[in-house]
Amino acid sequence: MNIVVCIKQVPATTEVKMNKETNTIIREGVESIINPFDMYAVEESLRIREKLGGKVTVISMGPQAVCDSLKETIGLGADDTVLLSDRAFAGADSLATSYTLSMGIKKIGDFDLIICGKQATDGDTAQVGPSLAEKLGIPHTTYVRRIEEIKDGYIRCQRLTEDGYEVVEMPLPAMITVVKEINEPRLPSIKGMMRAKKAVVNIWSADDINADKNLCGLKGSPTQVVKTFVPVHDVQSEMIEGTSEEQAQKLADKLLNMQFMTCK
Amino acid sequence: MDYFLTEEQQMIKELAAKIADEKIAPIAIEYDEQGKFPHEIIKILADSDLCGVYIAEEYGGLGGGVFEMSLVVEQLSRACGGISLAFAGTGLGTFPIILFGNEEQKKKYLPDIASGKKLAAFGLTEANAGSDAAGIQTTAVLAGDEYVLNGTKQWITNGGEADVYTVVACTNRSKGARGFSAFIVEKDTPGFTFGKKENKMGIRASCTRELVFDNCRIPRENLLSKEGMGFIVAMKTLDRTRPGVAAQALGIAQGAFEEAVKYSKQRVQFGQPISSFQAIQHMMADMAIQIEASRALVYQTCKFIDSGAKNFSKESAMAKVMASDTAMKVTTDAIQVMGGYGYMKEYPIEKKMRDAKITQIYEGTNQIQRNVIALELIKELAGK
Repeated sequence: MNIVVCIKQVPATTEVKMNKETNTIIREGVESIINPFDMYAVEESLRIREKLGGKVTVISMGPQAVCDSLKETIGLGADDTVLLSDRAFAGADSLATSYTLSMGIKKIGDFDLIICGKQATDGDTAQVGPSLAEKLGIPHTTYVRRIEEIKDGYIRCQRLTEDGYEVVEMPLPAMITVVKEINEPRLPSIKGMMRAKKAVVNIWSADDINADKNLCGLKGSPTQVVKTFVPVHDVQSEMIEGTSEEQAQKLADKLLNMQFMTCK
Repeated sequence: MDYFLTEEQQMIKELAAKIADEKIAPIAIEYDEQGKFPHEIIKILADSDLCGVYIAEEYGGLGGGVFEMSLVVEQLSRACGGISLAFAGTGLGTFPIILFGNEEQKKKYLPDIASGKKLAAFGLTEANAGSDAAGIQTTAVLAGDEYVLNGTKQWITNGGEADVYTVVACTNRSKGARGFSAFIVEKDTPGFTFGKKENKMGIRASCTRELVFDNCRIPRENLLSKEGMGFIVAMKTLDRTRPGVAAQALGIAQGAFEEAVKYSKQRVQFGQPISSFQAIQHMMADMAIQIEASRALVYQTCKFIDSGAKNFSKESAMAKVMASDTAMKVTTDAIQVMGGYGYMKEYPIEKKMRDAKITQIYEGTNQIQRNVIALELIKELAGK
């Protein structure tokens, strides 16, 4: 079972700072980590490989610094890593990113399953996985919380929904995105970390993957960020006093007045 | 302070710290309260390759020494001084095999210990043989191709949980300390059982039990080194593992210090964080001074031992005394900084004070350590 895992390097902080002029994320001076949801994708791929054998290849798109994150996955047990890195890829939205990744994965070639995290903690779009599957013309399902069965040419998994889960069957090759309920990611091993230190990440340019540069990066991105702003949290609070009954009555009156609820 | 660790030592330290912060710290209070043995942490340490840091590569380890072992113990102890003992106690039980085992014994036991598949324990102490280790009553009598062991070992770390035990017994009473011998005893050997689990003040996630030998027959080839070498095996082992106890104490002190500093920045009294008061600042400074001085001595002692030094009883004892006295002082002061909250069990700090106390007592009380140091000083003077 050959598995490709897509990862994204994201800023470690939850308080993302924006450059107001360019409307892009300020990445300087912020520690980078592997998108936490992608760690579940890496873990799941390793567990499938431990059961069924095969190869785990981890792929990402971004600047050279992403090599550190890719090497980290070697420390966890990944077999091979690919970084798609080219000036032409810069400024990509989720459409251009999924196109570029699809071309990279086509070059990797022989795969049975692609696993992505459900979304990245910086952009939060959750679009790249499904979009990538469409570009590759393979079936996909999102928010997978458990793989019930996986074998040659077949996968059955549980897809998390708001009020339960759905069981989805697909032929392979296919793409899934995973949620954090699926597993508990392992820590690296010392021998893995040593292997990672010596590992060489395959770096592929737009030409290496035969990508149409008009579909990559800023050029291939229809999304335009018009404005970004930090929402202002202006909370006004009011304490309601009295007995429990009085408090409930006052609260109900207020909510009715504010039209948060209606009386039948 | 930068101690110029090698790249590999840095990796070992960072990985152990990650395990401590992410896996041990969240469960430390629960395991302490319930006296639970940390099987799942052992599994994590095993998967991370840390179980074999001090074991040679040819036996499946990472080829490090006392320093690597101590780096792991220190980091794990930052989160829990009891859970770290499953690892440190195994080191204590393994060093007799590393130092005195023959090739067959090493091949048989070390790979499983390095991979974390098996834990080890060391059995020296008895009810009447504590500081006076020469008072050992347990006997081993050669009968054909087997030794027959009889007696009871007391307060054995990892007792009942370990698979491999290195045990010191008397093979010739008339020779005194020269009549002791060391043996490897495997769990589940007929005649080898475990006594009650001790209910301890601290290090409660560590399992401490009696080892009971009742006509326990072990193969003759389980003798470590030669008959009569038991006391030497024990002393040479302890010289090498005392920095491990020192590292445990250091980790406990560091963990308590970190908690106290964090708390002092959050706790507001008289309209400002208590860290702005000089009374608190001076306590913090004193803690930091003592911890760093202890660390410098512990690390340097480890490096000295790993460099292949022949005699390091004095340095090893100094490191143990210094770090354990520091741990006691720092944990006590950390509670003081945190006041009433520090005394409550919701915070992990009173536990650290309870855990610290044992480091002044076991693997040779600090009073015995001072005897060792003084004796070495006198020997040095006599040699001049």
